[in-house]
Amino acid sequence: MSRRNRRIVAASLTALAVAGTAACSTGSSASSDGPATIDLWTHAGGNEAELGVINTIVEDFNASQDQYTVNVQDFPQDAYNDAVVAAASSDNLPCIVDVDGPNVANWAWAGYIQPLGLPDETFEGQLAGTLGKIDGEVYAYGYFDVALAMFSRQSVLDEAGVRVPTVAEPWTKDEFMDALAKIDGLGQFEHPLDLGTGGGGEWIPYAYSPFLQSFGGDLIDRSDFQSAEGAINGPEALEWAAWFRGLVESGHMAQTSGEDATADFVNGKSGLLYTGNWADTTVKEAFDDAVVLPPPDLGAGPKIGAGSWQWAMAEGCEDVEAARAYLDFAHDTKYFVEYGNAVGLIPATLDAAAEIPAYAEGGENRIYLEMADQFAVVRPETPAYPFISSVFQKATKDILAGGDAKSILDRAAADIDRDIQQNGGYTS
Amino acid sequence: MSVTSIATPTKRSVVVTVLRSVLVVFFAFPIVFMLVSSLKPDLQIFADLGSWRAFLPVGDVSFANYTGVFDRVPFARFILNSVLISGVTIALGILVNSMAAFALARLRWRGRGLVLGLVLATLIVPFETLALPLLWWVNKLPSFEADGFSLAFKQGWLDTYQVQIIPFIANAFSMYLFYQYFASIPRELDEAARMDGAGWFAIYRTVIMPLSGPAIATVAILTFLPAWNSYLWPLMVVQSEELRPVMIGLQYFFQLNTSWGQVMAYSSLITIPVVALFLAFQRSFINSIASSGVKG
Repeated sequence: MSRRNRRIVAASLTALAVAGTAACSTGSSASSDGPATIDLWTHAGGNEAELGVINTIVEDFNASQDQYTVNVQDFPQDAYNDAVVAAASSDNLPCIVDVDGPNVANWAWAGYIQPLGLPDETFEGQLAGTLGKIDGEVYAYGYFDVALAMFSRQSVLDEAGVRVPTVAEPWTKDEFMDALAKIDGLGQFEHPLDLGTGGGGEWIPYAYSPFLQSFGGDLIDRSDFQSAEGAINGPEALEWAAWFRGLVESGHMAQTSGEDATADFVNGKSGLLYTGNWADTTVKEAFDDAVVLPPPDLGAGPKIGAGSWQWAMAEGCEDVEAARAYLDFAHDTKYFVEYGNAVGLIPATLDAAAEIPAYAEGGENRIYLEMADQFAVVRPETPAYPFISSVFQKATKDILAGGDAKSILDRAAADIDRDIQQNGGYTS
Repeated sequence: MSVTSIATPTKRSVVVTVLRSVLVVFFAFPIVFMLVSSLKPDLQIFADLGSWRAFLPVGDVSFANYTGVFDRVPFARFILNSVLISGVTIALGILVNSMAAFALARLRWRGRGLVLGLVLATLIVPFETLALPLLWWVNKLPSFEADGFSLAFKQGWLDTYQVQIIPFIANAFSMYLFYQYFASIPRELDEAARMDGAGWFAIYRTVIMPLSGPAIATVAILTFLPAWNSYLWPLMVVQSEELRPVMIGLQYFFQLNTSWGQVMAYSSLITIPVVALFLAFQRSFINSIASSGVKG
């Protein structure tokens, strides 16, 4: 083969290779005929129950009219936020996204999502923790919420001689500590209590900031969301830190518990488990005498976290009417009921709860709804929250490890305040 | 020969064998745990932790977790995607990097020292630093899309196979491995080939590359591992499920109630190709590492 021919062959092979890789591509396509297509992204990849409900709603919507078609794209939960941020960086966000409750303010501030523009009466009767509201405008709504609770066994509490607390009369701090000592005294468990200290990430502020709030502290001063000084490092916060570390020092719980606290509880390693109501089925299947208890009142009333996944409309959506039409259509009690039945979590409206036996008045899961209604504290609705969350995660781990609480929490307050300052107060 | 002099080597070999066995057990533990746990229900995995049962297939053992994996995710699709992405990246990576290294190691041209220095300098820049600028670029690049029997033009490479392949073909480390290996091959071979009328491409193809088996094997493995384990980049650039690689697939199993048995089963399944590739190229890989003095 001559040199010229070789070059022609090489050039042809290169062209073929490029064409070949292009042929493998399946980028999104839009048709100029027929209904307008908008994309919907969800974190529910791998969660058959939740994805099934989403697909049902979308199919119903697509069948209900012929102007728009919604196309579902699911992502696994742990990969979802990064995928959305990357898509926003490259102007490739879809029209509808779901967003984790505590991220709503940040995504709105970052320009990822916009107000839904639906009438206020749409959201009447909805649990506060299931609405992403900023400055009075609803940016997102959710179908369910989750409640944190304590799980134990009636037989264990009876044997230890411990009163079973109720939503109306939760344990006081002293009662709680007494209960731990008595359960420990049974000698049946590695630790009487498992607060899931082996968990990481968002679990830490979600699970442990309610204890801080129950002592009277908080992650930030919520009057204007401009400073954490005095909230995260005040006397109440120091009291919380001493109590939290004290649970480790007294041997009542492990500094780092197992990877799956629910599995450890079911396997008899702990007598009292603190986790979300997603563990309800596993615990009740394992023990006939399982009991669900409210968290203790550590001084300022029992508190639990709030705010789960919610639906929002992306800022760059080219067909806002289509997205709004879908979100309006999807906000129907029957879909709240379907969600509640499928995922087993707390339905976001009282109307839906009334249609789900377990959550209706007298139902076995009603306690979760009552706790979500009475004890829930939404994580701070500020764009600074993701940073606050990461600071609190580090501070909590340092406190659990035995670090000096005052210096750790002073540093946390200073870091949060500096971040807020550096971002101009997150006001624009 | 005295009795002592016979016994000493025997004792040494016993000690060495025992030490090797300990190391084998030490390094095999995580893999054994993964394989064994993939056969157990979730609660039993945690019940067995802290005892030797964690490393033995005892109790309620079954393949239910594997069935669950295939029910839950399009496993075959994820594996095929990763095989395609890794395979094409390896093939093109070997071609492009070896040719570049050949030009740097065997050809005489002004500025090649500077070019080599610049190529090596890119090794100190972590990918995380480049990810966002790269995302911006690939979103602007022109592409073609198969539309029936015609190719349609579109802007942006997002959500394609090529965006998972092309940015990773040129690789400074692979280039440097080839460069080092090529530089160790006697130049007399080039001269002899040139006297026989061979051009540079013929020398590259018929003289240098056939002598570079260990380097090719090493580059193949070192290209394969990050391509197979790739997570951040596909997370950023791929939206469609049908284009996702295996590592994104692993995330499907981490839910509020994580199914640890399925996590272990999926992990076992995606580890098999890695182990198979290493076993296939084991000898060449070790030879190349030993001769080049480079650790992967």
